[in-house]
Amino acid sequence: MGELLSQYDVLGAFLVNIELTVFSAIGAALLGTILMIMRVCPMGSLRAFAAAFTNIVMNIPLTLIILACSLGVYGQLGIVVSGRWGEQWLARNSFWLTVLGLSVYTATFVCEALRSGLNTVPPGQAEAARAIGLRFGQTMGSIVLPQTLRGAVAPLGNTLIALAKNTTVASAAGVSQAASVMSDMFEFSPQHLLAIFAVFAIGWTIIVLPIGLLTTSLSRKLAVAR
Amino acid sequence: MNDQSLLFDLPGPRARRRERIGNVTGIVVLAALGVWLIAALAAKDQFTAARWAPFLTASAWGDYLLPGLWATLRAAAVALVAAFVFGVVFGLGRLADARPVRWVSTVVVEFFRAVPVLVLMLFFYFMFSQVPFVPSTSAAFWGVVTALTLYNGSVVAELVRSGIHSLPSGQREAALAIGLTPSRSRRLIELPQALVAMMPAMISQLIVALKDTALGYIITYSELLAAGSLLGSAKANLIPALMVTAAIFVVLNFGMSWAAQRLADRLSRRTSEQMSTFTGIATAADVADIPAPAGPVPPDPGRSGRRRRR
Repeated sequence: MGELLSQYDVLGAFLVNIELTVFSAIGAALLGTILMIMRVCPMGSLRAFAAAFTNIVMNIPLTLIILACSLGVYGQLGIVVSGRWGEQWLARNSFWLTVLGLSVYTATFVCEALRSGLNTVPPGQAEAARAIGLRFGQTMGSIVLPQTLRGAVAPLGNTLIALAKNTTVASAAGVSQAASVMSDMFEFSPQHLLAIFAVFAIGWTIIVLPIGLLTTSLSRKLAVAR
Repeated sequence: MNDQSLLFDLPGPRARRRERIGNVTGIVVLAALGVWLIAALAAKDQFTAARWAPFLTASAWGDYLLPGLWATLRAAAVALVAAFVFGVVFGLGRLADARPVRWVSTVVVEFFRAVPVLVLMLFFYFMFSQVPFVPSTSAAFWGVVTALTLYNGSVVAELVRSGIHSLPSGQREAALAIGLTPSRSRRLIELPQALVAMMPAMISQLIVALKDTALGYIITYSELLAAGSLLGSAKANLIPALMVTAAIFVVLNFGMSWAAQRLADRLSRRTSEQMSTFTGIATAADVADIPAPAGPVPPDPGRSGRRRRR
């Protein structure tokens, strides 16, 4: 088993998952915030578009989205998102296409999480803000959005955990990471099946549990006392 | 706060004009984006008749998409039934009085919620291809089913637990007062009510399970996505094939969300006012932030008493 572990770069594989998580989280946070603002803005056309976009993308399996990014966007349309330099450009291209797919998919869940945060803000807060003469921007900026973010910590944490676990789906785009390395190890040393699984399961527990504990304690600490 | 509700004052004439301008700008920008996307795809010959004609043939549906759809539905159905049983057993296990049972159930549920479904799926796929009593042709099917059962079962276990937690504490007190044992109170009084309350959340979980069957593509289970991409390479129309596959998934899931909504409406009419308030509590997204049980749960005035403003 020790020999097996020295043959494969397990830590490096997990590192790829963490990189995918970080970059996709940034992309999903940006896109998700934009979607959420579009969903509550006064312009009906933007609202309808954002609602349709989230509802459709949420209901497409992630595997299909990742596959469409690698086989469709690159394979069929020939779009390259990272420069064709170096020997590794193909692997880098799959990596960034996966980040793209994960970001778009996760953004819809970020949008929903933020909306559920908005739902925790009592209407009286906005009413009171308007009553003391704050304008729309001031109401949003200093009253509603801060409380929205604090109310959205728990669902955002769940979304981040789901994203971290979803990075394994990068296998569909051929990105070498924890799930694909595990699959290789299963294939070439089937006699160690259980031990290999244990190593990777523990690895995932180590990644996922701290995020869960952190966001749970954060959501308690930041919860608005009402 | 509801999305729109009270963020804005009723717009006056100037605000209305600004909104109209913004609205029209929005439509123009979105339409331009749409036209650009369609033109870009058309420039790559994605909208030619040759690429879309295969969907009018019987072979595309009879040989690829419908068998794929059937495989997806079969795996999801078997996994869902098994996950329901798993979830009820371990959900009650987490609430058991015997400490070892509680610990074991907690570890099992937390473990299967932490490990990615694909990792579970790969493990069970390779395991089932080694054991002699599973025919090698169905190893992928059982890999998909087992992984989905364990993951979704753990989520259902959390739903059962939060459903029982959100019952008014008087239910258990009354059951004990008329002489039921604690375990009979769980089974006869609390569990049935919790199951009714968590039905809509269960159906949302069904959608998650149905979407996750597409992971079977990676372990060579010939479900809808695999069928779609196979069709795409057979007829040299990968992008249209993936679009049609995605559309089938979206329609399936919309149908199920619609059913979930109708069921939720019916349940809220059939049960008491209080019941309908906590159908909204036990959603899959919420289960992670419910504190672990430590002895009896004090009644929560926010949940059992005053109804939250929506």
